[in-house]
Amino acid sequence: MNLHVLAQDPVQDPALRISGLTVAYSEVLALDAVSLTLDAGLICGLIGVNGSGKSTLFKALLGLLEPQAGTVELFGMAHRQARRSGLVAYMPQAEDVDWNFPVSVNDVVGMGRYGHLGSMRRLRPADHSAVGAALERVGLEHLRKRQIGELSGGQRKRVFVARSIAQEAQLLLLDEPFAGVDRSSEATMTALLRELRDEGRSVLVSTHNLAGIPEFCDTAVLLHQRVLAHGTPEDVLTSGNLARAFGTPGTDN
Amino acid sequence: MDLLSWLTEPLQYGFLTRALLVTLAAAVVSAVLSCWLILMGWSLMGDAVSHAVLPGVALAYMVGIPFSIGAFLFGAGAVALIGAVRATTKLKPDTVIGVVFTALFAAGLAIVSSTPSQIDLMHILFGNVLGVTDGELWQVLILGAVTLAVVLFKRRDLTLLAFDRTHAHVMGLNTRFLSALLLGLLALSVVVGLQAVGIILVVAMLITPGATAFLLTRSFDRMLVLAVVLTTGAAVSGIYASYYLDISTGAAVVLSQSLIFTAVYLFSRPNGLVWQRQHQQQRRRAHRRRGTAAHLSNASANAKVTATTAAVPEKG
Repeated sequence: MNLHVLAQDPVQDPALRISGLTVAYSEVLALDAVSLTLDAGLICGLIGVNGSGKSTLFKALLGLLEPQAGTVELFGMAHRQARRSGLVAYMPQAEDVDWNFPVSVNDVVGMGRYGHLGSMRRLRPADHSAVGAALERVGLEHLRKRQIGELSGGQRKRVFVARSIAQEAQLLLLDEPFAGVDRSSEATMTALLRELRDEGRSVLVSTHNLAGIPEFCDTAVLLHQRVLAHGTPEDVLTSGNLARAFGTPGTDN
Repeated sequence: MDLLSWLTEPLQYGFLTRALLVTLAAAVVSAVLSCWLILMGWSLMGDAVSHAVLPGVALAYMVGIPFSIGAFLFGAGAVALIGAVRATTKLKPDTVIGVVFTALFAAGLAIVSSTPSQIDLMHILFGNVLGVTDGELWQVLILGAVTLAVVLFKRRDLTLLAFDRTHAHVMGLNTRFLSALLLGLLALSVVVGLQAVGIILVVAMLITPGATAFLLTRSFDRMLVLAVVLTTGAAVSGIYASYYLDISTGAAVVLSQSLIFTAVYLFSRPNGLVWQRQHQQQRRRAHRRRGTAAHLSNASANAKVTATTAAVPEKG
């Protein structure tokens, strides 16, 4: 459905167009006039230290906070409209999820379909098969009845990727997806995300694991309240840029 | 006395049949809602709303309107007040809840004490289920049915809200509305439960069934069914215990729920305390049999292998 809308437009809107975005928490400036355009169909790594504004940027993209200034457009739409169209999916950080919550893997992926459903959110046969296909895609169909806490760290992440696939989202926002995940699960995840990218989806990943970026990401953004650098990973991950973003030892941000 | 007459004897009294109906309605509605409340972490909110309705009930009796109107207005008002104070200060949620509900409860006590002849404080605080009138029975049944219908209609949205509020928002669901709806339903179920067990104990019906069911299952749908089944058992046995042992009805119902919780906590398989202990002991015994050599090799195998990624250490 959403793919169809996008396919109609020969000059595709960028996945993300941020201009002059400024967010302050009381007196502290979290984002200072951030302007950024991300083309659709790419994986972009969002790099920065804790407190650099990565999470704030995500919240602003999702419409979870009111910026002091600036605008956000997703596929040429305001975030409310983009959300209503089911274009955006968000993968929470592991510590923000209640892993004891009595829901199964299948239930969680099914929640990706809610935007497509009526007010009672009863899944129809088509939704069930979309959920099944998404689970198969991430290799979790044999665990679909498990309670989510009964999965390994890597499997837990893939449940949420499956949810965004079931949702048919076109922009995936992933907050530290590789934290607490072992090497082989990380490889599975990056391969999966690249597949989704190859199908035309856009992915924005916040991470502080610089080692994987050149291989995994098409573009990178270095954030420290402002955009310090934006371009190919090679251009962004220069020692000069990194020193500016991460500071020299001893100077705390 | 045979079992059948033992069971039917209390029901010969109209007031006891009404008590049973009111208690059952309140228990079922509260139990259903409790499944979401304990997952949202809103148990304390139930306590706050139940205490905060006191001035509403007192004023309703004074003015002569149905108690449920006064109670609902003050319950919803308390929720709104808590939300407003939270939004405009940096106080922690439990602090705000504590400040608001004690203020309203004290106001209720003051109102009741200034008009001692009209209102029986004990009945409001501890329930008066044996003295329920037909009018009050109907209020409870209608409000209970409405609450139940709305909860079940919106149950998937409410579960999503409790599990992943951000995802609900991201997909365009109105999370503020859903939160307000759940709080409104909480206020309604407090109103429904007041008659049965009173202001002080109504919160038990809003927490214990969900908590007990949570210990028994890892599926939300099963949790709902279990909460309802267990609370129905507790309500019926509470009424009978109250009749035959001549103890306070509200207390008997809540105690039945607590006993069921305790039994589940201790004896349910495989998570009950007793079974876990037994399991631990078995493992320890098996460990000892295997001897020290096996123990050592096991320990080294368990040593955590930390992946050495070239991560830049984050600074706070």
